[in-house]
Amino acid sequence: MAHLHDDKIKFLEETANIIRQSLIEELVSAGSGHTAGPLGMADIFTAFYFHILNHDPKNPLWEERDRLVLSNGHIVPIRYAAMAHAGYFPVEELKTLRKFGSRLQGHPERMRLPAVESTSGPLGSGLGQAAGIAYGARMDGKKFRTYCLLSDGEHDAGNLWESAMFAGKNKLSNLTAVIDRNNIQINGMTEDVMPIEPLADKYRAFNWHVIEANGHDFEQFVSAIEEAKAIYEKPTVIIAHTIPGKGIKEIEFDYLWHGKPPKPDEAKKFLAELRTLGGKIKSEHE
Amino acid sequence: MLNQSQKLKQDIFSPDVEQAPTRDGYGKGVLEAGEKDERVVVLCADLAESTRSHWFAEKFPKRYIELGVAEQNLATVASGLASYGKIPFIASYATFSPGRNNEQIRTTISLNDVPVKVCGMHAGVSVGPDGGTHQALEDIALMRVQPNMTVLVPCDVEEARKATYAAAFTNKPCYLRFAREKTPIITTKESPFEIGKANILWEGENPDVAIIACGSIMHNVLLAVQKLALDKINVLVLNNHTVKPMDAQAVVEVAKKAGAVVTVEEHQVMGGMGSAVAEVLAQKYPVPIEFVGVQNRYGQSGEPNELIKEYGIDVDSIITAVKKVKERK
Repeated sequence: MAHLHDDKIKFLEETANIIRQSLIEELVSAGSGHTAGPLGMADIFTAFYFHILNHDPKNPLWEERDRLVLSNGHIVPIRYAAMAHAGYFPVEELKTLRKFGSRLQGHPERMRLPAVESTSGPLGSGLGQAAGIAYGARMDGKKFRTYCLLSDGEHDAGNLWESAMFAGKNKLSNLTAVIDRNNIQINGMTEDVMPIEPLADKYRAFNWHVIEANGHDFEQFVSAIEEAKAIYEKPTVIIAHTIPGKGIKEIEFDYLWHGKPPKPDEAKKFLAELRTLGGKIKSEHE
Repeated sequence: MLNQSQKLKQDIFSPDVEQAPTRDGYGKGVLEAGEKDERVVVLCADLAESTRSHWFAEKFPKRYIELGVAEQNLATVASGLASYGKIPFIASYATFSPGRNNEQIRTTISLNDVPVKVCGMHAGVSVGPDGGTHQALEDIALMRVQPNMTVLVPCDVEEARKATYAAAFTNKPCYLRFAREKTPIITTKESPFEIGKANILWEGENPDVAIIACGSIMHNVLLAVQKLALDKINVLVLNNHTVKPMDAQAVVEVAKKAGAVVTVEEHQVMGGMGSAVAEVLAQKYPVPIEFVGVQNRYGQSGEPNELIKEYGIDVDSIITAVKKVKERK
């Protein structure tokens, strides 16, 4: 299963593009939120919801489902977009993001939308929750896997390392963490704000199996996920190198796009860029 | 006189009254809950013996999880276990949990609404020699302001056992508060205990004052009431073990009967059980209230009895407060 057929890769790339468009529409409608991080994670969320996860969007609380825990809750708009396109709820509902009464809170809440698995936003707490789920599942001999998505910036938080130590101690091989290594955080580049390198060495020292992958290369990323399944004596972390703002040239690599949404006229331009694959094809839309 | 329907212990005014710390009640209660339901798991942050979690660890080693000195992780791992389907108890000193890990409890347990049972040990100045760093005086305040959270403060080891057992099966986040030192045992196995239902421990005809109290300071309250009776001051005592959701009906009823209230707790007056009582009475039945508790100070090293006196929670301080509030009627 490690090798993806070309058709599947093409399907995933096209799906990720559609999800990026939904994200831009979501953010414009909300008028606030984060842009760069979610765009950079579009490919990884697409890989999860359209290939990796053993799940049932029509039965979101199916007991044997793989758990996908999002620690850095602020990028949740891209998760919502992926979930909507995967069939968890109508795509139309994405317009309610951050609006009064919506299930799509600015940061995810499990009690409002159970399939998000956890309530997150304050950083550093997702890995502990994912480790708790993985530990409980192993106690009961459950076969499902638990995935935890982390940002690189949240590695500044000490509680995350408490959880990394716990997962290493307990050899939670049913737990795979994925770090969105996009090098930006609110105040600038991660290595300027508070260096987290050598990140791979740190995880190795905490008794994790470490894989580095290109977070925009479906074949590489999926093969890293498959490799993790074959590691029985340690939890695995995939350091997924991503480009913040990936897919929209103006946003790529720019940390100033971390915490703001596009304005309507910018969104129009960005959507055109996505729909024409950067001017390579003609769009049916305006 | 002692309320007979409460089936309290007969020797509570004896100098040889039987004593035990309320944390023992946690240790026994969680063991019983574990025997009843295999979903019960106990998480520990390097304080197995002093929290009495080691009793559970000996009986159910596979359901006992050691996390080291890491209270933030204690909360988040418990959150994950609970969202998966377990009933996790996390026990540490209350200054660390819910002190240090307050935000993790807020986001991943209360807001997330998973049934983690946060057990705060070594609460109050009666911790003694360890000093102010280890004497939790703000934990009730921290926990009662979190929506979804139930807050229980048992008065003795037996009530602590019952509260722990009952908390296991509420399917809600709970905070339970326990003390380090031995304190007199007031209740028996037969005494009624129900979360959210306060109990009248002492009642006479036409009470002058109602004392609403919680926690292991309760024995001091009963000693004060006995002395006050000699002065013909008639007091009613309400054991308000459930700080949240509070038994507002019982609180209003005793306020109506007595016309004046003294609250007693081994906690900061600000934000504590007494404040919660005042919130209820201000709205439903305003009466004069005096608050016995710690007045905006941190604790310090000393013997438990010295500290209880220094911080104004001793028998004499309770008597003074009762007399004072009676004058304000």
